[in-house]
Amino acid sequence: MSDEVILKIYRGDDTSGEMVDYSVPVAPGMVVLDAIHTVQATHAPDLAARWNCKAGKCGSCGGEVNGKPRLMCMDRMDKYPDNEPIEIRPMKSFPIMKDLVYDVAWNYRVNEKIPPIEMAAESDEERLFSQEEADRVQEFRKCIECFLCQNVCYVIREHDKKQEFGGPRFFVRVAGLEMHPLDKANRLGLLKNDLGLGYCNITKCCTEVCPESIAITDNAIIPLKERVVDEFYDPVKKLFRVLFTK
Amino acid sequence: MASEVSAPREYGLGKTERRDSWWVGPLATALGFGAFILYSTFRDIYNDDYVSFEGRAGWGELLSPFYSPLPPESIRGLLPIWFSPAFLILWAPGGFRLTCYYYRKAYYRAYFLDPPACAVGESRSKYRGETRLFLFQNLHRYFLYFALMFLVLLSIDVVRACVFESKDGGMTFGVSVGSLVLLANVTLLSMYTFSCHSLRHLVGGNIDCFSCVAFRKGRYKLWKGTSFLNKNHMLWAWVSLFMVGFADFYVWMVASGTIPEMPDELKELIEK
Ligand code: SF4
Ligand code: SF4
Ligand code: FES
Ligand code: FES
Repeated sequence: MSDEVILKIYRGDDTSGEMVDYSVPVAPGMVVLDAIHTVQATHAPDLAARWNCKAGKCGSCGGEVNGKPRLMCMDRMDKYPDNEPIEIRPMKSFPIMKDLVYDVAWNYRVNEKIPPIEMAAESDEERLFSQEEADRVQEFRKCIECFLCQNVCYVIREHDKKQEFGGPRFFVRVAGLEMHPLDKANRLGLLKNDLGLGYCNITKCCTEVCPESIAITDNAIIPLKERVVDEFYDPVKKLFRVLFTK
Repeated sequence: MASEVSAPREYGLGKTERRDSWWVGPLATALGFGAFILYSTFRDIYNDDYVSFEGRAGWGELLSPFYSPLPPESIRGLLPIWFSPAFLILWAPGGFRLTCYYYRKAYYRAYFLDPPACAVGESRSKYRGETRLFLFQNLHRYFLYFALMFLVLLSIDVVRACVFESKDGGMTFGVSVGSLVLLANVTLLSMYTFSCHSLRHLVGGNIDCFSCVAFRKGRYKLWKGTSFLNKNHMLWAWVSLFMVGFADFYVWMVASGTIPEMPDELKELIEK
């Protein structure tokens, strides 16, 4: 890499803004968030950017670098071509508060719709389950709520279906609850109606951007779609239910 | 210094801030599927050279997977001349692939541009996803049941390809290149079918508490096995698609006499 790199950073809010150039020195091992910090220290102390852990674990530093959704603290500068400016924008799917900071409050409202775990067993002894059973739901617990998947999902990004669609992050959460060995609640109607699982056309952009490598589409969404089919769309199962349940 | 004004962000088909060649993937997919659809449609309509050595002594019968199972000659004779027997079975493998979760992803992206690629804009006309017209995708599991039956039928074709009639009129077991092609075909189709998401759900994905059900170990293992194969479902989808096309092509070439069944010297060697 050359010694200096041009960063083009979005400055503005939800209604107007511009891409502003900053030249920063690059050092080995530098990540995009370091470059943002350099800009704050040397050029623009008022540049708003959110971060916390700088270790890819708090999920606060999501943005779009050269048009791709990423955690800025995990995005190494040396993978970008020399002598080409690097463009940094806030996430596209959420209202911009200032510069690189956006408002993710909608996600928390979706989260409130999901009933928490409903334990079946009373005694601690009955609450034991095997490691094998824990493994499957464990994957979903890795989520750091960075909302990169919500940002890239085009049902939200392009079609703005925030009223009728929950988004991949919350399909991951529901999968973790629905597949929990001790949970007794049924969230399939919620998935179909309130969280709009049918709007997902399994095109996997959420999986492609997840920094925790959760197989969102294959392990959460598609298995949930299959469960929704069991409950609502399988004609033979439906017939059986009509015939054999009172 | 300010360089360009860029808010509000742009929307619309193909609009993106990405700077890489995002269109290569969808284009390759569109061309790959397009080629297969053209070839298979042509071969289905062609209605000839789909079986070689049918009922002929001395050689194992090779049947194109596009035409398997093949109704007996007497029934085929009743079909109108333009009606290829392939039409009778096309719906099953076709429907299986059409409703497959992987193919759905691929053609929604490559043909419907819905979206063309991640973080690339698309037409913002009314979007319904898989809620209305595409609800039929939920029948994938039924196509799976047929696909499992087809695996049995295609395996029988491999066995038939290996049954040779010897000089004295008795049956012997033999292996030809064609039989190996059919074997490779059914093997790859099995990998594709056994890695199916609906199968994964059926064998154990629908169970939350394995320790609460009968045959817990077996079902857990089955679920683990299908999950393992499922990781590469896209790969199996492509290689099995290529192989089924190639198997048909090979049978076509042998049946039309373009490729000799075997060099004469080798044939003599076997017959000795
Ligand atoms: S797979 Fe579904 S949830 Fe994930 S990005 Fe695509 S449409 Fe959205
Ligand atoms: S599922 Fe992955 S991409 Fe989505 S919020 Fe969680 S960690 Fe982020
Ligand atoms: S700063 Fe915590 S994930 Fe990047
Ligand atoms: S999901 Fe692809 S074959 Fe079933």
